[in-house]
Amino acid sequence: MGWVVLAVLAAAVLWVVVSYNALVTLRNAIQNAWKQIDVQLKRRHDLIPNLVETVRGYMKYEQQTLEKVMEARSRAVTSTSVKDSAAAENALTQSLGRIFALMENYPDLKADDNVLRLQEELTTTENQITFARQYYNDLVMRYNTKQEVFPGNLVASFFDFKPGEFFAVAETDKGVPRVDLSLPA
Amino acid sequence: MAEAFDSGLEDFSARQAYNRRASRFIVLVFFLFFLLIGAAVDFLYFDFSTPGGPGLPIATPIALATAAAIALMAFYSGSELILSSLGAERLDLTLPEQRELQNIVNEMALASGLPMPKTYVVYDPSPNAFATGRDEHHAALCVTSGLLVLLDREETQGVVAHELAHIRGRDTRLMLIVSVLLGGVVLLSDWAQRSFYSSRTRDRVAGRGALLAIPLLLLIIVSPIFSRLLAMAVSRQREYLADATGAEYTRNPLGLAHALEKIRDAAMPLTRAGRGTAHLFLVSPLSRRIDEKEGAFADLLSTHPPLARRIMLLYRMAGLQKKTGS
Repeated sequence: MGWVVLAVLAAAVLWVVVSYNALVTLRNAIQNAWKQIDVQLKRRHDLIPNLVETVRGYMKYEQQTLEKVMEARSRAVTSTSVKDSAAAENALTQSLGRIFALMENYPDLKADDNVLRLQEELTTTENQITFARQYYNDLVMRYNTKQEVFPGNLVASFFDFKPGEFFAVAETDKGVPRVDLSLPA
Repeated sequence: MAEAFDSGLEDFSARQAYNRRASRFIVLVFFLFFLLIGAAVDFLYFDFSTPGGPGLPIATPIALATAAAIALMAFYSGSELILSSLGAERLDLTLPEQRELQNIVNEMALASGLPMPKTYVVYDPSPNAFATGRDEHHAALCVTSGLLVLLDREETQGVVAHELAHIRGRDTRLMLIVSVLLGGVVLLSDWAQRSFYSSRTRDRVAGRGALLAIPLLLLIIVSPIFSRLLAMAVSRQREYLADATGAEYTRNPLGLAHALEKIRDAAMPLTRAGRGTAHLFLVSPLSRRIDEKEGAFADLLSTHPPLARRIMLLYRMAGLQKKTGS
């Protein structure tokens, strides 16, 4: 009889260890995914001055728009709190979208290899930011689900795991139509 | 297939476990097959069973050692073998199209949480793509130059996401084992066939009677068909799954749907792809007559599900996505 109790106890301990490790693994994956977003944001900040300098010569009548992008960029770079930076980054996304849309009006621009390369770099950075956030949110969802379902919630509450925070898209961002670069100029 | 789209990330471990079992099964069948052939050669040609023959089996250990060598090679350098047999080259980042591909692969690696796979290109006008590698750290993704010319950014993204879904589910490992072991089996049956018909052994076989010769003959005849069916069975359901998972990465099923439509309309055979590698590809690189049909027979013989059905399912996913508002 004794060894049955022992076996059950051993299984229970093993189960706690496995679920604890799964939660820690997920938590670290979430932290890593968050850093990935930061890397992409930094890359975007570095690319924008290049783009603005390159297109400035062509876009004589859009100096104001370009200034706005640079302003949005410096706000995004200097903002410290998570909430401020999210708002600033969203504003930056929008102003960049405006530049891309305006670029369609300048055939010379579209023939410039340098501009095309920068545009592709920025497009991919924008996409990478989106996908990094998406992956981050997917991970957070898995992490939170693992903490909430029975019997995982026993382990989670015993070791005091906190639910992860979703990366929410700002309300103002939702109404903005996607910039379609394939539209005729 | 809508279920597969909704079911979320948790499925990967189940799929990986299934693929692991399937891989083990195939390796087991492969070894048994070599054992059978080795034993058959021992008994038929070396007279192992008679008192006058050698005291120890000779062909059986040789066949098993060959099987082990092929299996190890399949696992550790199979992807390089496949890539070089198709003439794949590393990306040339000075070309805008290939730089764009590199960026798209990077985006999808982020979306799927996979490490960045090595990316290759095959210079061939036929639009197609495949992924290979024993795990996500040794994965390779390969597209043809024709695909880059034909598809726009969004469509290429759908294709890349589909291939990364294969890597994520460890389909690529199974497919790798299948294609290299398949090549091994075909090679061996050719060899057995040659030695069977060589004049030196024919009289002896004839003396032994038809009872033992018939199983060996059957083995020789059936082996290519058998291995072929094996490769197909593991390939078709996987394509639907990878389509669904890929759409989960891009959140845009229409990208891949449009890509498949364009590929269907432009399809031409990929010259360097053989029977041994056909099942690796996004769409069948061989003649597309069977791919277009549906029904039990076509299902049995095709390495890929019918394109029309894949496109229809992707469109349906897009519709579902709108309704649920995700």
